[in-house]
Amino acid sequence: MASDILELTDVHAYYGDSHVLHGISFALKEGRLLGLLGRNGAGKTTCMSTIMGFLATREGAIRLNGEKISGNSPEAIARNGVCLVPQGRRIFRSLTVKENLQVAAQTPGGRTAWTLARVFDIFPRLKERQSQFAGSLSGGEQQMLAIGRALMGNPRVLLMDEPSEGLAPQIVADVGRTIAMLKAEGLSIVLVEQNIKMTLNLADDIVIINTGQVVFSGSAGDAAADQRLISQHLGVF
Amino acid sequence: MQFWLIQTLNSIAFGGLLFLLSSGFSLIFGLMRMPNLAHGAFFMLGAYFGATFMNWGANFWIAALLSGLAVGVLGVILERGLLRKLAGNAQGQVLVTLGVSFIIADVCLMVWTGDPVPVPAPQWARPPMFLMGYAFPTYRLVVLVIAVIAAVLLYLLMERTRLGAMIRAGVDDMEMARGVGIRVSLLFMMVFMLGAALAGLGGTIGGPIMQAYPGLDADMLPLALVVVILGGVGSLMGAFVGSFAVGFIYNFGTALFPDFAYVILFLPMVAVLVLMPEGLFAGSRQ
Ligand SMILES: Nc1ncnc2c1ncn2[C@@H]1O[C@H](COP(=O)(O)OP(=O)(O)OP(=O)(O)O)[C@@H](O)[C@H]1O
Ligand SMILES: [Mg+2]
Repeated sequence: MASDILELTDVHAYYGDSHVLHGISFALKEGRLLGLLGRNGAGKTTCMSTIMGFLATREGAIRLNGEKISGNSPEAIARNGVCLVPQGRRIFRSLTVKENLQVAAQTPGGRTAWTLARVFDIFPRLKERQSQFAGSLSGGEQQMLAIGRALMGNPRVLLMDEPSEGLAPQIVADVGRTIAMLKAEGLSIVLVEQNIKMTLNLADDIVIINTGQVVFSGSAGDAAADQRLISQHLGVF
Repeated sequence: MQFWLIQTLNSIAFGGLLFLLSSGFSLIFGLMRMPNLAHGAFFMLGAYFGATFMNWGANFWIAALLSGLAVGVLGVILERGLLRKLAGNAQGQVLVTLGVSFIIADVCLMVWTGDPVPVPAPQWARPPMFLMGYAFPTYRLVVLVIAVIAAVLLYLLMERTRLGAMIRAGVDDMEMARGVGIRVSLLFMMVFMLGAALAGLGGTIGGPIMQAYPGLDADMLPLALVVVILGGVGSLMGAFVGSFAVGFIYNFGTALFPDFAYVILFLPMVAVLVLMPEGLFAGSRQ
């Protein structure tokens, strides 16, 4: 049995006084892909922000490889190998494509699998446009850049927050293939998505949250088989 | 003709001085999301330091560099010692910088008294230069050259180094910059030191034109604010163009309509605030 690489235990988080995460617990196993699903406003992005340290973990704990990271600064968490592909991409618009990748280069624990050359290998478009300002890229290219930027941090855990949002179907398929490839490489991934079909196909495990609480945690197969669960908490299919 | 030529040169030289003042002000504002209200005091301190170092026998350039260094160190102390303790509380930080500017002004008054202290230009730059039959104040040309050198170096730092890219990333999206592992607190310190050092250097360089006097801080700070409002926060290019624009407006305004200099200066600022609240060079940011 693979060990837990990322573990959330009873995590509570707030925006100011507004209590958004009400005791989230789940664990990501090494080398697996965990799909984190939930309706709009369920708290998925808040969950990612809390793992990254953008938001304080007011109660509970987050552990990476058994070591507590909640309470650390975002830069320390990133340097420890937790790398985020944020919702809305959030690339650095006034940096060139290459600079976006360079400023994010980290080697947590001496990991060096990902380099500029390798990111350019899997995203040739980024190589072609390396000297362009990132703000001038198309939506799909910006998403590749956001993924490449996260990979430059040589992640132990890759957090992806709605990487298919706002992209044309063709590009969504590309993103899906990229994620499958990264998983095949052995990366441990948390994938937040509204695209439930894609997530159920890619994921090993599924966690569903609703209003800041975990309402389902199990295998992707079990989740896919449970129509009631999916229509009740995701309202689709 | 002579009048227009000389006023033009004066405007350009003053614009160059403003660039030394406001480039750092703008970078600090862009990165730390707060106006450093002690920036005018840094400039004034630079002028006094320059005069004193020269009194002690340093030549002009050594005095200017030492002033920059001393004020840069002061900037680090302010950032590490006070602002850092108020991280996330921009309002508190702004008030602290205002308080520090009052303290610096009072200390200057105690140390250098209320009389203006002259800052002599380098010997060779004092006699006027004759070009095409016109006499030009040599030192103003020197100021222009220094400002251009500073602009080129700053440009190279910001656009051609990894450090510069990190600073720009922080200006673009601070949270995400931290999320890719950039140690922004280190950037804060370096940008604060750089900005303070440039202001201190600018104070000595401006000394031969403006002298060191109580109130120099309060005369300069609003100009830096106008430059940043015209040029946009955190933009080097904006600070450059804004500085020369303000240099011209202020200089010609004072020369032609002495009673309305401030009106002429602040009207374009109000227009920009109303029409392009992000400044003229905000295109690069979200
Ligand atoms: N910056 C904020 N300040 C206050 N409340 C916020 C903030 N961001 C999100 N919220 C609230 O927190 C709750 C969870 O939002 P969150 O963004 O985590 O949802 P989400 O599951 O990612 O939704 P989506 O699928 O739309 O991205 C929502 O009720 C939202 O209104
Ligand atoms: Mg979200």
